[in-house]
Amino acid sequence: MTEGVARLAKGGRIDRARPLRFRFAGKLYIGYAGDTLASALLANGIHLVARSFKYHRPRGILTAGAEEPNALLRITRGDGRVDPNTRATTLPLFNDLDAAPQNCRPGLRFDLQAINGLLGPLFPAGFYYKTFMWPASFWKRFYEPRIRAAAGLGEAPRQPDPDRYLHRFAHCEVLIAGGGPAGIAAALAATRAGARVILAEEQPQFGGWLTGEGALRARIDGEAPDAWLEAALAELRAAGNCRLLPRTSVFGCYDHNLVGLLEDVADHKFAPAAGEPRHRLWKVRAARVVIATGMTERPLVFPANDRPGIMMAGAAATYLHRHAVLPGREIVIVTNNDSVYGLAGDFVAAGARVTLADARREIPDSIALPARNRGVELLPGTLPAGSEGRLRVRQIHLRSRDAGTTLPVPRACDLVLVSGGWSPNLALFAQARGELRWDAELAAFRPGPAHWPMCCAGGANGTRRLGEAIADGLRAGAAAAAAAGFEKPAPEPPSVEEGPAWTVEPLWCVPGCSSRERGEAFVDFQHDVTARDLGLALREGYESIEHVKRYTTTGMGTDQGKLGNLNALGIVAGEKGVPVPAVGVTTFRQPWTPVPFGALVGANRGPLFDPVRRTPMHAWAERAGAVFEDVGQWKRARYFPREGEDMQAAVQREAKAVRASCGMLDASTLGKIDIRGPDAAEFLNRVYTNSWAKLAVGACRYGLMLGEDGMVFDDGVTARLGEDHFHMTTTTGGAARVLAWLENWLQTEWPELRVWCTSVTEQWATMTVTGPKAREVLRPLVEDVDLGRDAFPHMTFRSGRVAGVPARIFRISFTGELSFEVNVPAGYGLHVWEALLEAGAPHGLTVYGTETMHLLRAEKGYIIVGQDTDGTVTPFDLGMGWIVSKKKGDFIGRRSLFRSGMRRSDRKQLVGLLTEDPALVLEEGAQIVEDPRQPLPMRMIGHVTSSYRSPNLGRSIALAMVRGGRERSGQRLWVPRLDGPAIPVEVTSPVFYDPEGTRLHV
Amino acid sequence: MLRIPCPFCGPRAEIEFRCGGEAHIRRPADPDALSDAEWADYLFMRGNPKGVHFERWFHAHGCQRWFNLARDTVGDRILAVYAMGAEPPAGLRREAEVRGDD
Ligand SMILES: [Zn+2]
Repeated sequence: MTEGVARLAKGGRIDRARPLRFRFAGKLYIGYAGDTLASALLANGIHLVARSFKYHRPRGILTAGAEEPNALLRITRGDGRVDPNTRATTLPLFNDLDAAPQNCRPGLRFDLQAINGLLGPLFPAGFYYKTFMWPASFWKRFYEPRIRAAAGLGEAPRQPDPDRYLHRFAHCEVLIAGGGPAGIAAALAATRAGARVILAEEQPQFGGWLTGEGALRARIDGEAPDAWLEAALAELRAAGNCRLLPRTSVFGCYDHNLVGLLEDVADHKFAPAAGEPRHRLWKVRAARVVIATGMTERPLVFPANDRPGIMMAGAAATYLHRHAVLPGREIVIVTNNDSVYGLAGDFVAAGARVTLADARREIPDSIALPARNRGVELLPGTLPAGSEGRLRVRQIHLRSRDAGTTLPVPRACDLVLVSGGWSPNLALFAQARGELRWDAELAAFRPGPAHWPMCCAGGANGTRRLGEAIADGLRAGAAAAAAAGFEKPAPEPPSVEEGPAWTVEPLWCVPGCSSRERGEAFVDFQHDVTARDLGLALREGYESIEHVKRYTTTGMGTDQGKLGNLNALGIVAGEKGVPVPAVGVTTFRQPWTPVPFGALVGANRGPLFDPVRRTPMHAWAERAGAVFEDVGQWKRARYFPREGEDMQAAVQREAKAVRASCGMLDASTLGKIDIRGPDAAEFLNRVYTNSWAKLAVGACRYGLMLGEDGMVFDDGVTARLGEDHFHMTTTTGGAARVLAWLENWLQTEWPELRVWCTSVTEQWATMTVTGPKAREVLRPLVEDVDLGRDAFPHMTFRSGRVAGVPARIFRISFTGELSFEVNVPAGYGLHVWEALLEAGAPHGLTVYGTETMHLLRAEKGYIIVGQDTDGTVTPFDLGMGWIVSKKKGDFIGRRSLFRSGMRRSDRKQLVGLLTEDPALVLEEGAQIVEDPRQPLPMRMIGHVTSSYRSPNLGRSIALAMVRGGRERSGQRLWVPRLDGPAIPVEVTSPVFYDPEGTRLHV
Repeated sequence: MLRIPCPFCGPRAEIEFRCGGEAHIRRPADPDALSDAEWADYLFMRGNPKGVHFERWFHAHGCQRWFNLARDTVGDRILAVYAMGAEPPAGLRREAEVRGDD
């Protein structure tokens, strides 16, 4: 462990007093606070960090930012903290960081799958699509396993994520994406105007270009730019209406200016502090957005342009000036623009030998002379033609632009810097549907009209000089604040001394790139897409750029084509012989940088994944050892096993007890809607299939609700509490849906009806006391209601007091036995429940759960909406024609229900099924056929909807929907299965128990 | 995610709402008078215009009120909100009629 070989003795913005220890591929190294992982690797002379996706080619660190396509590493920081695909260029270095290369076996320097590179011709554009045309079995057995093993970036962690992630919602007048000079200027102007401002910067420090090369290239108000920068940040921090968010990536601009931000709270540390989230996901609704995301440098496309040691020039400037790293000593710079000339001199000053090969024939003296004077060897009209070096570049081939006149000359080097020009960074702007306009002078797209209230400023807006960028930012910030109601003139821009704006001559691809002699010319480094692949896609007939993108997968990696997209457009334009803007652009999609799943999930996991609803008797059921099931968000007691019982045994015991003496069920989750108003009965007439006008006060009625398509939608019993007052019950799962349905009709179709609906599901605790002894159990607790058979008949309701508590008692039954549903205010639920238990003990009162409830109702052939029905079932299909009123006039679903097709006798109808072997229990969902010997695929005529072992009948029973089922009564049908011979069944009535209903009326 | 100006609560995020589809489709007063085809038209057929679209929204996680909303389906701009039972703003209706032809 020593000082990195490529670290300069002084300079940079690192803290040499704070050395940090880190591992790469198992070896220990030293970096400094202020390093990124990438700068620390380079300081230690490491360029080779990865193998490419498809060909497993050796790859190095290409950039110094979020656009990095190559240096994606696996970062480990203890148990569960394993992150694949982390960009070394944006990860700040911290102590004990452990980084490992991905996508290589057995190791980086020798990767067995690099043979894919030699097989390049076998993996052309569209390889995956083409293989799909081969026989499916071949794909499945041969190609897919191999491709899966070979491809893919990184591996998902296998342990649960130990960290916390939070979501935060915020509102502001002006949100600024990017904290470089333009973004800071925009924040200054908007903050001074009084607007609420959020300034987000993805790097740890604000200042962008000014914290690197820019510090040397310009002076602001006669001083080094740092002075301006510090003053501006101090003012923003002190202002109180500006929130500065460093380490925060603006990853998405969505409709109506919803902006997604990912804040790294503790990701830049080994582990979060106690209670600290790792990331915070911000969802900001901004009145105005200012995009100040600067520009991204484009690579040059030339043969073998992907070796380790080939790097973007601007990235090298960052490593040199911000991190005091000299990534090479024999440097060749290849370019088509002026932006690298100052940098070339800086590298000479830092001790390197620098050759600058510029594709342009004419270089103005104002640019060329200063560089030459600083010792840069300048080669105008020179193009890169290839490179050599297995794990690091060691030679570059240069040739004169006038092809044919000279052969490529190899030139020894250990670092090649590339600059193909700069493109405004418009991903966020375009995500938000902003239009892009071609700018020939920039050779790039600039922002056109915005769709949502936003604008671009500085480099993102196409400015090339610092002074312009600051002025543009001030203007944009003031305009954004003013548009949001905070009017104040833009501050005067400072005076900036700097060189002239750079110029560029577009070069999308070095001519001759289609030759494979000196290697493939890569356009998209992450997905290994070459210039040849693009040409091939065009020759194969892919015209639209969106199709070319998908066929070649260019721009489809985790870097979203930040580097390669414009070169790809340029190459396609060249091949087609049209101008670049005529090719169009592919859709920009969120996110700008990858967002961890943990951050998207936030706190919504484990117990917070979904709200849990518990009944007032839940705690008792827990103590009684209930096994619960989820019904919607409700926890319902499914059964109450006694010592040694499994579900089957418990349910058989519970179900027997109910019919032998009595049982009690917590039915509190049933949906309950309080319906009031003079038109309430008329309203029910319209939403139920049967008639409600003449229902007497104190009576209950079962109702079916249909959709307007005539299909059963929900069911339940509704009681008339008063002339204008009803108590409606719904299925547990359907409560919210039914209330919304009622509101929909009342508010939108029948506003003239004077009816008000209120959900009272959670206001009432409901307990069903059912069985021949139900009356005896209840009687001692009921003070003022005559429970007698004739005084309180079936399908009526009474108000009274139960166990001293005001109650509504409904004599309705879902078991086929004498039943009372006792409703008391929820707060009294547990008290009444316990009183009933005590009163029932002498009678053998047995508490039962939902499983027994299901079984008992199936014995009676009572349906459960959503289990026996599926949205294609009418009342007639259920054999419930009796509940469809022919006289009362219109109701929802009636017109559809009376179409002739709905009465066809071959529709699926509800029937009972009895297996010939009474011990066999059919599987719910199983298909039903007429003849099990017919060839596959068999004609399926129905399916099993409910199936149980019935203790009261001493055999299995099932409900099913079968084509023309009712006419098949007595017929033998078959239920085929995968693991045995088909099961013979007999079609019966769906009512298995007490078909006359005598037990209800006791 | 849209920002929807609920006429009763003010601007709220789209997640609080449920879209109820095309607006101004009245339930026929006498369904029996309709042929099956006419009934199917009421029940299933909906416009899918490029441009102004009138639709119903329900503030499910708010005031529980339905209202009408005019939205430009091309850019998702919300052009107007207005009460249930009210007619759409005249200017938008004209625009919708013109665009409806293409
Ligand atoms: Zn509302």
